[in-house]
Amino acid sequence: MKESLYALAKDAANSLRDLLPIVLVIGVFQVFVIRQPVEGLMSLFIGGLLVVAGLACFIFGLRLALFPVGEGLAYSLAGKGSVFWLITFAFVLGFGTTVAEPALIAVAAEAAQVAAAAGEITSSAESMARYAYGLRMTVALAVGVALVIGVFRILANWSLPLIIIGGYVLVILLTGLAPPEIVGIAYDSGAVTTSTVTVPLVTALGVGLASSLRGRNPMIDGFGLIALASLTPILFVLIYGILV
Amino acid sequence: MDLAINALRFIANSALDVLPIAIFLFVFQRVVIGGPMPNRNRILIGFGFVIVGLGLFLVGLEQTLFPLGRLMAQQLTSPEFLMSDAANSVSILTWQDFYWVYIFAAAIGFSTAMAEPALIAVSMKANSVSAGAIGVTGLRVAVAIGVSVGVSLGCFRIITGLPLQYFITGVYLVVILQTAMAPKLIVPLAYDSGGVATSTVTVPLVTALGLGLAEAVPGRSPLLDGFGLVAFACLFPIISVLAYGQLAALRERVSTSNGDQRDTEQEENHAL
Repeated sequence: MKESLYALAKDAANSLRDLLPIVLVIGVFQVFVIRQPVEGLMSLFIGGLLVVAGLACFIFGLRLALFPVGEGLAYSLAGKGSVFWLITFAFVLGFGTTVAEPALIAVAAEAAQVAAAAGEITSSAESMARYAYGLRMTVALAVGVALVIGVFRILANWSLPLIIIGGYVLVILLTGLAPPEIVGIAYDSGAVTTSTVTVPLVTALGVGLASSLRGRNPMIDGFGLIALASLTPILFVLIYGILV
Repeated sequence: MDLAINALRFIANSALDVLPIAIFLFVFQRVVIGGPMPNRNRILIGFGFVIVGLGLFLVGLEQTLFPLGRLMAQQLTSPEFLMSDAANSVSILTWQDFYWVYIFAAAIGFSTAMAEPALIAVSMKANSVSAGAIGVTGLRVAVAIGVSVGVSLGCFRIITGLPLQYFITGVYLVVILQTAMAPKLIVPLAYDSGGVATSTVTVPLVTALGLGLAEAVPGRSPLLDGFGLVAFACLFPIISVLAYGQLAALRERVSTSNGDQRDTEQEENHAL
């Protein structure tokens, strides 16, 4: 109990330290460059505390729950040697963590607001929620597929640069076909998917898998899952834009 | 009061998002691996923290990072601010007049990337997997420099209105060239570093900056021009981390030509 409280306090301190450079940058700019009073300082302060507290709780819980479970399952599956279950696990892990991703939820909501303001969709709360939901599902599906390809790559020992560069070529080709207003959102969605929940889990999965297979270098074969998870959402959202 | 209700709403939402993963992991453990979940109670408490943390984080975000990022982008791009410089008496603004935006973008890109917990986690993993050859801080700084350059250049694109795909294609070409020349060991990590850099802290702030900038600059549509900034922040770390690997290899080669093998090893570790 005492140790847990200590760990939580440490997470809070780390969150504070991690967010400090941003506060510093914003503070310096407000005081020396913009030189205008900031409105609602109290509300910003409370909100800032909530961000720190939330991040601390989140990371604390991640280490307590998601890390040991995710890593434990990844190692057990690698040991079990069932390709089917490994792939199923990779897909659901990618899909599940992405759907729950706070950054993606936030950006999908922003995208819906912007789309409504530009008249792409009606500005009713319902249609905006549906737009944001559709975007989230498309991106989550893309990440699930990315992890399946990535796990397959580690098993089959395919070259990562070839897959990634091939993906880049596809992205450029599809960009020419997709409606222009989806392009920015598509490029961004690749970056948005890979957040604090997904990254450590997926990295542990890749490195664990590469370490447990003979003749693989964890440095060369273990990394690369995140790269795929950043690439496929671009392709999927571009295709979504072409089809819808 | 509103805040408390809001917070509860966000926590309920995050519960709906996280519970499916938790249930999946438990069912998978029971059915596929077999046997009960090790440390079940600990893990259940942990999921509670994840749910509450996510909820509080999102509420705080809506109250601070999004509006603040947008406010600053608006303030830094407002005509009054841009005209306040003595040199600027003409009413037509060129892209050079936005220099404070570029400096702000670079500073915020660097600081958010350095603060990114996912990047810290991956750096530690890379450090242990590479047996210390890749330094935790060195990698983080390399990634943060990439994000910094990317966000700054992304702001330049929003202000000038140049098409996003020209830049993306250009970056892809550089990455392809670097891939051919960089040490093989760094390539997958470099590809990963882009996605890792743009995470919980960076994405909301950079998105808000992009949308705010696109709303403030005349002739820009937030839908067409506001997005794409995160993509820049995601792509440039690939270049900077590949360059970091190339630099380390170059230093290694220079010190090898000087002789002493022992020094070379130390130099390489030091360089990375």
